[in-house]
Amino acid sequence: MSAELATGVFSWLRRLGATVTGAIGKLGYATRFMIAVLLLTHHAFRRLHLTLREIYFAGVLSLVIILMSGLFVGMVLSLQGYEVLNRYGAGEQLGIMVALSLVRELGPVVAGLLFASRAGSAITAEIGLMKTTEQLAAMEMMAVDPVARVVAPRFWGGVISMPLLAALFSAMGIFGAYIVGVRLIGIDAGAFWGQMQAGVSFWPDVTNGIVKSLVFGFAVSLISVFEGYDAKPTAEGVSSATTRTVVISSLAILALDFVMTAFMFRGVGV
Amino acid sequence: MNRSAIDLWVGIFVTIGLGAILFLGLKVGNLLTLDRTPGYRLDASFDNIGGLKARAPVKAAGVVVGRVESIRLDTKTYEAVVTLRINQDVAFSKDTIASINTSGLLGEVYVGLDAGGDTAVLMNGDRIAKTQSAVVIEKLIGQFLFDKASEGAKK
Repeated sequence: MSAELATGVFSWLRRLGATVTGAIGKLGYATRFMIAVLLLTHHAFRRLHLTLREIYFAGVLSLVIILMSGLFVGMVLSLQGYEVLNRYGAGEQLGIMVALSLVRELGPVVAGLLFASRAGSAITAEIGLMKTTEQLAAMEMMAVDPVARVVAPRFWGGVISMPLLAALFSAMGIFGAYIVGVRLIGIDAGAFWGQMQAGVSFWPDVTNGIVKSLVFGFAVSLISVFEGYDAKPTAEGVSSATTRTVVISSLAILALDFVMTAFMFRGVGV
Repeated sequence: MNRSAIDLWVGIFVTIGLGAILFLGLKVGNLLTLDRTPGYRLDASFDNIGGLKARAPVKAAGVVVGRVESIRLDTKTYEAVVTLRINQDVAFSKDTIASINTSGLLGEVYVGLDAGGDTAVLMNGDRIAKTQSAVVIEKLIGQFLFDKASEGAKK
């Protein structure tokens, strides 16, 4: 009895140890992978057409979902915000409320989440399938570094697309808020823009939003290409890698957002 | 999808993306309009500026005529020195009174300028002599309670 218990405890401990060392090993692998991608950056920009292709797939094709989401998020913020602000007779402050929440938080975060599920998952699936069908191995046989040829352009395409998408999301959201607030509810257009301009400053509000979206783009692109490159070369492996990309990217965005907000907006009159 | 079509779409994407950043900077963040109108600076000292912040509007008869450029403490007199940037096309007489007001109970704090009758006008770098500090509501309430209490003591 006690011998069985001891074996049970030992096997449990062994599994715990394997999980921990596995996680640490993967973290180290991911870090070395990141360094390898960054060291091969020049390939992404020397063969610019490869990166442009990836910007097309990650950025241009995400435009519709980003613009539509931005519009609706702005419109709904406007409706809900007006409802609350009007209780205090401060309906004119709608512009600043919508603009600050979009530029500081919602623009980078929601655009990042959409980008992870729309473009990140596609990148992972593509690289994972290339690995499964041994295209990456074939490249290595031809002395072509798959990290330089396949991974680096996808990574930099994502990093470049993300801030532009986040800015478009915020701009579209403010436009949506304008439509609902000024056109439908009937707030004075001058007050809407005037309050917004008085309350939002390019530095630090807009620039911090851009910095956030750059960091999110970096994180999501890295997770996507790594999960694809690290995927088990089976149909099941690719599917679970795609799921992991979306889950880890979303968690990374939310966690990074909290950390960055805590540092960026310390002491800004909030 | 051939290469030139991809180039075109990426070009459009980057252009509207940068356009959105420009829109956030100019239309939303008000980056340009801050210094677009040429102006001159006036200083005004206040005992208490209340909740006044840099970039708050300066109004004359309710019309915005400039912005608060900077606020600092004069360490000799312990008064707040507020530097105002007034639009070039507006001139104020030497005996103008500067006051710190709040629009509504919860509204924004701004500097109000009431022009006097003097024919000489304030020039760049001049100091507004007559100022009226912000009304601090806590002090008003404290004073009111104090008055009430002293009334009660007299009776």
